Amino acid sequence: MSLSSTRIRAVIRKEFREYRRNRFIIYTMATLPIFFMALPVIELFNIPASSDAAIVRTQVDVTMLLMLVIPVVLPATIAAYSVIGERDQGTLEPLLTTPISREEFLLGKSLAATIPSIAMAYLFFLVLVVAVRLASPSVVVHAVWKPSWFVAEVLFAPLLAGWSVWVGTAISARSSDVRVAQQLGTLASLPALVLPLLMVLQVFRPTALTAVVLALSLAIIDVGAWRVVSLMFDRERLITGKRAVSMRIDAPS
Amino acid sequence: MAKPEWFVRRRIGVGVRPVTWQGWLITFAASAAAITGYLTLKKTAGDVAIVCVVAVYLLIALASGGTKRAKLGPGVVDDDQASTGQVDVAVTPVHAPTFDAQSASEIAEAIVTQSGRFAGQSEAGYASSDAVIVVDHLTKQFGERVAFRDVSFSVNRGEVFGFLGPNGAGKTSTVRTLSTLVIPTSGSASVAGIDLTTRNGFEIRQRIAVMTELPGLYLRLSVTENLEFFAGLYGFRNAQARIDRALEAVNLTSRAGDLSGSLSKGLRQRVGLARALLNDPEIVFLDEPTAGLDPVASLEVHDLINALRAKGVTVFLTTHRLDEAEKLCDRVAILNTTLRTVGRIDDLRQRMFRKGIVVTTASPLANPDAVFKSVASVESWTSDAGNYVITVNDVRSAAPDVTRALVRAGADVLSIVESRHSLEEVYLELVGATEKGGAQ
Repeated sequence: MSLSSTRIRAVIRKEFREYRRNRFIIYTMATLPIFFMALPVIELFNIPASSDAAIVRTQVDVTMLLMLVIPVVLPATIAAYSVIGERDQGTLEPLLTTPISREEFLLGKSLAATIPSIAMAYLFFLVLVVAVRLASPSVVVHAVWKPSWFVAEVLFAPLLAGWSVWVGTAISARSSDVRVAQQLGTLASLPALVLPLLMVLQVFRPTALTAVVLALSLAIIDVGAWRVVSLMFDRERLITGKRAVSMRIDAPS
Repeated sequence: MAKPEWFVRRRIGVGVRPVTWQGWLITFAASAAAITGYLTLKKTAGDVAIVCVVAVYLLIALASGGTKRAKLGPGVVDDDQASTGQVDVAVTPVHAPTFDAQSASEIAEAIVTQSGRFAGQSEAGYASSDAVIVVDHLTKQFGERVAFRDVSFSVNRGEVFGFLGPNGAGKTSTVRTLSTLVIPTSGSASVAGIDLTTRNGFEIRQRIAVMTELPGLYLRLSVTENLEFFAGLYGFRNAQARIDRALEAVNLTSRAGDLSGSLSKGLRQRVGLARALLNDPEIVFLDEPTAGLDPVASLEVHDLINALRAKGVTVFLTTHRLDEAEKLCDRVAILNTTLRTVGRIDDLRQRMFRKGIVVTTASPLANPDAVFKSVASVESWTSDAGNYVITVNDVRSAAPDVTRALVRAGADVLSIVESRHSLEEVYLELVGATEKGGAQ
């Protein structure tokens, strides 16, 4: 199987144009993390300079790990809309009569949902760390400005977003109703939050090695999910609502 | 069919990568065993490095591999060629012998000819040498419901082929099947000289265009942006010239920058048509292309269809407008789950209706039976709203005799014309009777 970058780019460009024209998508993407992160960030800035280092570290851990929630939550709804939305507005059938393969279509759709989510996550992270540097006591700055947090954000934001997007896309490819797909997509992305949550609750404290193993596992899961969702993508089912049965006419041998 | 290899040698680097599910199963089992072993060992920097290398390898294999890698057959166009616009392939149709529901003698004949098609069908006229669509005993069922059954016909290159039938007759399902969206239950077909199989979907879709009944435009994008997107899906990088040509063909150049959502239904329909022209298709499937268009716009679409025919493009026209089909189509097929008829409209008329003469007189004849029975070539006659419809065996010889008989009877003749049955009458004869029967 070879992938055409032209076709994948065409899907991404079209999606971005639709986001731009539908400002609510952008506004929601921008405001959701603000509400979500407001409380932990405020608490971070309220830490007194005289606080115990261990308490500061716990508070910083919570806030920084919650930053990883942004790339999970943001693309879930968009991904859940990706396939069923096309069908709902009557654009899926003309699209599927072109030479685009299901792998290209799904990759284009997922990248279009992932890229802005990661950008938003990185932006919020950047704003937070810069603000901490400028406005927080040195004990907090030391806890936040650690290379491990930067590596974790850079590495895990795309991987967690990938999980969320593929789960949402899988649901979208199998749903018959946009609302159901979006509700399920959001719910199904939540397992990705288990990992940051376990760390927040200090069930386990990741070492550099476990972080690398986790990152690699997530990367393999993401790529594998792309292939699995591609196999789940059934043109006939999407167009007619009926599952395709095996074809009795075989390819030339 | 040759059994596929589980692993293939990597083109770049060393080692192999899995290409079938068995290959992937082995890979993942081996990986799981390696990870388990690793976790039980004392971790050193070397262990971590090995795990990283294996994981990176797996990632690359996953990203560049596939579970269903198909062997490219003759005429198959690689995606890279499509994306660079270097699609210049002389397609050699590859016909797999298909033996569904055929007799032993037909199977033997197919084996002898190695074409998979049967001589009898060619003689029946649905598989001419210039056929770009050949449908052979094709059936599609959705569960228990039959969309269409045992449909066989062919469409020649450069032909405008009308596909008619009542709602629910299976027309759209047929178009979806031929455009590779839907997998047939049985039978075989070839589109643009390529066998209709799941593996050939890419190749077929590259050579066809489909305009669905609803244009299916992205309403928040402009006309040009919609066309740019579809040009990208066909793999064209710099498609502005194509887009301009397509817009010009449907008279929409002045509306190129308008949002599709701001266009009327008719204009959206025209954008859909422009989209169908983007890839210079060999075959265009048009599903109700003039639905919702005003008469002037409909005429423009008709001109466009005629222009496509002149360029040698095959048009597969699904329509409910029988006048449109009569005006545009070289041949028509009438479908009502099964194929009722296929042929030239004039041939269908002749096949279905007896030849006749329609006589109009200023006042009713005193004794019409005596007048018409006096002519040897008249077989029967009926009276219909002041007209006399006379069935004859030969119009050219009967018309002068009937005229003389009328003059002899002192009739005030207003007109004598050859009776001409419309496509609508043919259609109603074939479909209407069934519908009425079904309703009763």
